[in-house]
Formats: sequence, C-alpha cells, structure tokens
Amino acid sequence: MTEITKIQDAEALKPAVSLFEERWYIFKRSRLAYSSFLFLLILLVVAILGKILTRWIVIFDPQLVRLPEKLLPPLTPFTSDITPVEDAPAFNIYLMGTDELGRDVFARMLEGTSVSLTVGFVAVGISVFLGIFFGGIAGYYGNRKFGFLTIDTIIMRFVDIMLCFPTFFLILTVVALLPPSIYNIMIVIGLTSWMGTARFVRAEFLALRELDFVAAARSQAIPEWRIIFIHMVPNAIAPVLVSATIGVATAILTESSLSFLGFGVQPPDATWGNILADGKQFIFDAPWITFIPGFTILFVVLAFNLCGEGFREAFDPKINERL
Amino acid sequence: MIPFIIRNIGQRIVLLFFISIISHAIVHLAPGEPSLVDPSNPRMKAEDIQRIRAAFHLDEPLYIQYVYWVKDLSTNELKSFKDNQPVLKKIWDRFLNSLPLFVLGILIIWSLAFPVGIQAALNRGSIFDRIGTFLSYALISIPGFFLSYICIIFMVKTFNVPVIGMRTFGLEDAGLMLRSMDRVWHWTIPALMSAVAGVAILSRYVRSQMLEVINQDYIRTARAKGLSENVVIYRHGLRNALLPFITMFGLTIPGLIGGSVIFETIFAWPGMGRLGFEAILARDFPVILTLNFISAILVLIGTLVSDILYAVVDPRIKF
Repeated sequence: MTEITKIQDAEALKPAVSLFEERWYIFKRSRLAYSSFLFLLILLVVAILGKILTRWIVIFDPQLVRLPEKLLPPLTPFTSDITPVEDAPAFNIYLMGTDELGRDVFARMLEGTSVSLTVGFVAVGISVFLGIFFGGIAGYYGNRKFGFLTIDTIIMRFVDIMLCFPTFFLILTVVALLPPSIYNIMIVIGLTSWMGTARFVRAEFLALRELDFVAAARSQAIPEWRIIFIHMVPNAIAPVLVSATIGVATAILTESSLSFLGFGVQPPDATWGNILADGKQFIFDAPWITFIPGFTILFVVLAFNLCGEGFREAFDPKINERL
Repeated sequence: MIPFIIRNIGQRIVLLFFISIISHAIVHLAPGEPSLVDPSNPRMKAEDIQRIRAAFHLDEPLYIQYVYWVKDLSTNELKSFKDNQPVLKKIWDRFLNSLPLFVLGILIIWSLAFPVGIQAALNRGSIFDRIGTFLSYALISIPGFFLSYICIIFMVKTFNVPVIGMRTFGLEDAGLMLRSMDRVWHWTIPALMSAVAGVAILSRYVRSQMLEVINQDYIRTARAKGLSENVVIYRHGLRNALLPFITMFGLTIPGLIGGSVIFETIFAWPGMGRLGFEAILARDFPVILTLNFISAILVLIGTLVSDILYAVVDPRIKF
C-alpha cells in the first residue's frame, strides 16, 4: 500500500483532497448542520460521562429516594435537616430540581442520556444491518431464480409487506405483548424500520453491480460475500448514513411515545421519554420535570435531523452544480 | 389500463394474504395469552382457563385458529374476546368517531403546507424560507404528546375552553349554538396537534418539488413568452410540481389508525387508534388482528388509488 502511495506522490497523481474530505468540506459549510454535529459529539461525551458517574463511580445517584425533598424546583440548595447528609446531591444543589420521590432530576437526566442514546443507536444499528443485508442481496443476486421467483422479487415483496403494517401500532402490539425489557424495545424498533435502507441499498447496488470494479473483483475470484460487503457496500453507504442519522432521531421519539403509553423502558432505568411521561402528572405543581426532558428531546432530535439533512446535502451529487 | 388495474389488484390480494398470515403469527406467537391477563384472580381455576381457551379456539393449532379467524371475519361472526360484541361493528363505530378528526387534520395539513412550501421555494434563501425550514425541523423533532400538553395548558388557561373528549359532559340540554361551538372546540385542538408534523413534512416536500420545477426549461420558456408571473408559477409550475403529491395523498389514508394512537389517548378521543390501544392492553386478539388487517387494506387501497391517479393525471406514463 505504501508503495502505491509513494509512486502516487512521486508522480503527483494523488488527488489533492480525497472524496471524503471534499464531502466533509461541503458539510462544514452548512453552519447549522455542522454545529448540530458538534453538539452531538458533546452529547456523546456527556452520555459516556453520565454512564460512568451514575453507574460505576456514583457521584450522581439517579435512584436515591429522599421523600422529604420531593418536588423541589431547579437550583434549590440542599438544606434539609431530615435527610442524612450522605444522601445530599453532588455539590449540595439540585441543579434541575427533584421529582415526586425526591430523586435528583439532573442525575436521572444524566442516566437517561446514555440509555436514550443507546436505544437510538442499537435500534438503528439493527435496522442498518438488516437493510444492508437484504438490500445488498436483493441488488446483487437480483435476477438469480429461486423456484419460479427471482430473489429480488421475494425480498422486495417482503419489504412491501412490511411497509403495509402501521409501524407504530405494530411496535406497540409487539412491545405490549412481550415482557417489558429495554432490549425488546431496541430490537422491535430496529426490526420495523429497516425497509427504507433496504430500498436505498438495492437501488445503489443495481447500478453498482454493472460497474468495472465489481467485474474486476469477480475476475479475481474474490468470494461473493466479500464483493458485496467489502467492495460494494462502502460505495453505497451515503444514503444509508443519512437515513441512519435521521433514524436515531425517530427511534428516540418512538421510545418516548412508547413511554408515554406506559410501554417504554421500565423503571428503574431512566430515559428522557419515561422521565417526561412520569412528569406529566405533576405538570402544574412541578413543570420542570416535564419541560426539562421535553426540551432535551426536542434539541437532541432536532440536532440529529439537521445533521442528517446536512449529510444529505453534502452527499448529493447535484451539489457540484452549486459549487 | 384495465389489465394494469386487474394485475395490480391481483398482486395486492396476494400481498394481503401474506400480511394476514404474518400479523396473525406475530400476535399469536407472542407470549401472554388472553386467558393470562388476570393471573392473580383466585376464582380462575385451571379448568376455567381451559374452558375459556376452548371457547376462543386458543387450544387449537395456529393454522386452524387462522382459518377460524378468516371464516368468522368473512361471515361477520367475529366476536371480541373482551365483551363479546361483533368486532366489525365496534370498529365501525370508532371509525365514525375518528373520521372527522382525520378529515379535519388532512384539510389543515394540505391547506397550510402548500402556501408555505410554495412561498419558501419562490423566495429561496430569504428569512421566511430559513425560519420556515428551521420551524419545520423543530416541529418534526418535538414529541407530539409534549407539544399537545403545552397546547392544552395554554388553551385552557387563556381561552378557558374544554378540549378533552368529544363533547363537554352535561351540555346535552344546552342550545344548538352552544353545543356546536363546544363540538368545534373539541375538534380543533386534536386535529391541529395531529396535523403539526404533517404540515412540517409536507411543506418541506412542496418546497423541494417547487424548486425542482422552477428551474426547468419550460418555466423559462413560459416566462420568455411574456406570461404573467402568477400564470407561470401556478399554472405551469404548480401543476407539474403537484404530481408526486398524488402518491402522498394515497399514503396518508393508513394514518387513520396508526398515527392516531397517541393523540386519541391524550385527548380521550374514542377513535380507532384508542380502540387498538385498549385491545392491546386486554389482549383482545380479534380486534388487534382485524385493525391490523383493515389498516393493511387501507395502505393497499391508498397505493392502488395513487398508482391509478398518477396514470390518469400524467399523460407521460404509459402501460
């Protein structure tokens, strides 16, 4: 590999900017999308820190119940005589108030950040994997016969069938019938949202499989799974990346809707969705329990959507016309 | 044209068959039978559970249960597990409640999204366009029930109007005027809330379609002919930009069930989505299955109608 690079350098054949770098510059030009991207990076750090600080080195304990301290507004200093001092919140202040059991809302939000993001990323991971797998097979083996139907027909008809189900109703049915568990929610959201990705990947593959580099790879007797997943998938990844970014946003929203109906992630695990759903009963007495997670979801989902839209613009081949 | 329609209907019937099998399998294979909903009830003995299971054919193999379900559904004999009422009548009653909300929501979506989208496309890059873009992303990103709660509190506090349920309890003897105003208030807020996301999505879509069309050669030709700007935009531009929305219209029909669960729960609206939610809670398999089946039929009808309309409206499409 270095040999090739050296020759390219010597003969000045190496492109000044790689394709990815070029797209990255276009992405950075959109200020809204780029700042959302930075916001999401910070959020990722917060989520990891939150996981560490609420689970392993417990500085913020999200499950500690202090009944005398319930429904305190944000920024209340800790001044109770009844509650023992070792139960005091970190830095002796309730940054975001307390809920109906006297739990620190800030600690719960911190825990919820990692749980909510995990739900989003794992669900999207499942859906992207399934989408690439089915879309790739349908696109690559398209006209191979399987009985009297082609593989492409079988897979795409199956996609059509899946698209006919009312998604939210299906998720609700399955989640309600299965035993409540955070993994079931991730899996069910993932299993019901891969159809769009499969369609994109198939469409890209239909064009890609006629190209020379695929023929070259085939001529070297590279195994087919390698051609599909190592050679072709990276060339079809742009629309997948866009729909995955927006998919995380949708998954977080779906989880919060499920929580609202009582089928989301169950206590004691906190997510933004179930903090919001639990807080709604106290919306008049303690509006902060509703508004803090509500606006957090709004901003994070907005950031994912804007970021996804930025990727879409950057990867759009028509963008060159406007350069 | 006729063979195209017949072939399409045939394909859809095959799809429907598979959909019914898959949804039947999902609902019946998931753990938790209707007979297990109340396991702590001491009066339920093992033989009672056995009797109930036999009465609902739950002790038969899965494919026989499927045959029973299809047979009962086609002869209108299908009864709900919960209250032994005919399922189709139950769904029809709730459908009549959902319909006005749905129609009103669609009207709001289409009458708001088009002007906003067209204006944004015509003044691309203007302040209006930027604010509109940002707002539409914000409205897609906000959890629907959170926005509804804020809206309910705001409406009740400022205008002092009732918004929960279909009508105010105790107003049955009031005058016609008062009663109809009451109805209108009860319709407006839920319809508006369920339309918010739709307006945001559709107006973005209208904008990008309009942008695509405005840069076409025939628009330049129309301008060069000296036609007035209104004629150029609305007769030559909008007509061509409208084509994809025929598809969109077909696809909104299934929203009648799936999209309404959350909003009907918030506003205590006795519609189809809520019926589905209650059926899920009670493990009322016939109702869940039939609702799923009906919504699949709605999707298939929606896509069929949009395919046919597309062909009728766009003379460039041939069969």
